[in-house]
Amino acid sequence: MRHNLHLQIGPASFRIGSAWAAPIRALSALYQDYPQAELPCDFTVRLEPQKPWRRWLRPSVSIAGDYVLPGAAPLPLEHGLLAAEMGMNLQMALGQKRLLLLHAATVERGGRALVMTGESGAGKSTLAALLGESGWRLLGDEFALLDPDTGLLHPFPRAVSLKNGAIAVLEGKVAADRFGPLLVGTPKGHIRHLRPNREAIERAREPARPALILFPRFGADLPEAVRGVGAAEAFVRLTQASTNYGHLGLRGFEALTRLVTQTEARAIDYHQTATALRLVETLWAEDAA
Amino acid sequence: MRGGAALLVRLLRNPIAAERIGPEAWSEVIAAARAESLLGSLASRLGGMPLPAKLGALLDDARRDAERARVQALWEAEMARRALARLEVPVVLLKGTAYVAAGLSAGVGRSIGDLDILVPHHRLQAVQAALIDAGWEWVKEDGYDDLYYRRWMHELPPLIHRERDRMIDVHHTILPLTARRRPSAAALIAASERLGNGLRVLAPADMIVHAAAHLFADGDLAGGLRNLWDIDRLVRDFGARQGFWTELEQRARLHQLLGPVARSLRLSAALYGTSVDIALAGPARLSDRMYIRRLLARDGWGRATRPAVRLAFYIRSHWLRMPPLLLARHLWVKARR
Repeated sequence: MRHNLHLQIGPASFRIGSAWAAPIRALSALYQDYPQAELPCDFTVRLEPQKPWRRWLRPSVSIAGDYVLPGAAPLPLEHGLLAAEMGMNLQMALGQKRLLLLHAATVERGGRALVMTGESGAGKSTLAALLGESGWRLLGDEFALLDPDTGLLHPFPRAVSLKNGAIAVLEGKVAADRFGPLLVGTPKGHIRHLRPNREAIERAREPARPALILFPRFGADLPEAVRGVGAAEAFVRLTQASTNYGHLGLRGFEALTRLVTQTEARAIDYHQTATALRLVETLWAEDAA
Repeated sequence: MRGGAALLVRLLRNPIAAERIGPEAWSEVIAAARAESLLGSLASRLGGMPLPAKLGALLDDARRDAERARVQALWEAEMARRALARLEVPVVLLKGTAYVAAGLSAGVGRSIGDLDILVPHHRLQAVQAALIDAGWEWVKEDGYDDLYYRRWMHELPPLIHRERDRMIDVHHTILPLTARRRPSAAALIAASERLGNGLRVLAPADMIVHAAAHLFADGDLAGGLRNLWDIDRLVRDFGARQGFWTELEQRARLHQLLGPVARSLRLSAALYGTSVDIALAGPARLSDRMYIRRLLARDGWGRATRPAVRLAFYIRSHWLRMPPLLLARHLWVKARR
């Protein structure tokens, strides 16, 4: 395809082709500091018109590539950057066959990793982005990649996908040149991508040992609470958070068993980001140290 | 033609060519191989070759994934065997599951989706009841689809297992009842061979006849490169056996599939370099080139190319499957949804 780009994000490399120039331009600006992709690329993503005339006429981007979700709705061309991100996520979710993929945000300090997983809207991305600006290294806001051979977590530091209220929170803390364009009115509301800081990108091939698993839950009227989570519950919740647990077979089972038996797990409820950040630091001091 | 399916075929045919392929072109081969469900086969074919580390790791993943698919397919076959054991009906495994169960080269690295089995037509009711008893459920709720399958197709409407989420296609013959060619399902079952666990696979010649029927007398050649690769591997496994080619000709004739078998041998020889019996394959035909154009219609981005050729084969597939009036009615019902 005429417009294309290679990207290396943590252990995975992507080849992204597009029928339009704009999404590739936006991607290469957002990912400007990333290392050169290792070839051959692990995954191919295509942004293409659903029907030939939709290239010009009310252009809409359909997400294709090695792995596709049949029936996924196309996005308007203004949201081409989001389409590319979704395309890359999809390849990882459906195509990752070596590392156990957990839908989780991960940060690291002192070689040890904090894994946060929860429903969409639990605040994973926001917490990871904030921690990543305050003494932690961001490993990723979307996927934690557990290596069945070593038990270590590989970073996947793609651009953080900030939604709605979280955008202003981070805009107050991070230099403007690390943000992508504001995408207005996407299926998930307003979205703005944030490029992780230099350290997160430079150390993107450096794995970390899991030390604490948190299951955060956010609610405007949710009282602050901390609860211990046993290995069995953590196991079940993490299988639900994994897109390829079944696919990895015995390797996936063993990797996850090792993770939950060797790592403390806690569920936290919060209604303010500041509360969550405080709880993270307290629990980290108790459990991970 | 550069990249894409043509390069993939060249590598499958001659792995030594891998040494001369650059990293950019590998990205293209991998995308095309995934789109054609041939990455596992390619990875197995290139096993043991000295390749760059990144490529080697990628192919390792594909081999491991194919091994998982093999184990899962065998387990699913075992589940079906247990569900049907008390019926004492012959259960013949077909396609990918049969290849791995029989330990054939065609199964090495192969992607395997649904479980396909063949059972005698007069036992369909009992088989269906036993499967539903053991946790399989109907996928299609639509009345027309259900009726269509039962009246005209060579298989039951697909069933899916409610816990394992795996599909089973229960065949009672190998081509739709509407097709002009009428293979003998009874002969397929009678000649089938028993495996250690009591499940069965088609006899070698019938296996190739079925693969050819699947490729040329049924579908629109979607996934055709993979199906043709099956044929190449089967012929390499069986071709040197005493009397094999006579047997293949007799079985192809019996099942009214001489033309498709001959065509599959010619195309397999042309694309994959298979050694075939010249007499049975027959002389090259002009139309073979159309088939090859269709089979190679995939670029290095994994995109389907040559839409006109694809459309022609799509129309042909329906033409082969149904008499014109039934086809018109079928398309009418589908279009009104």
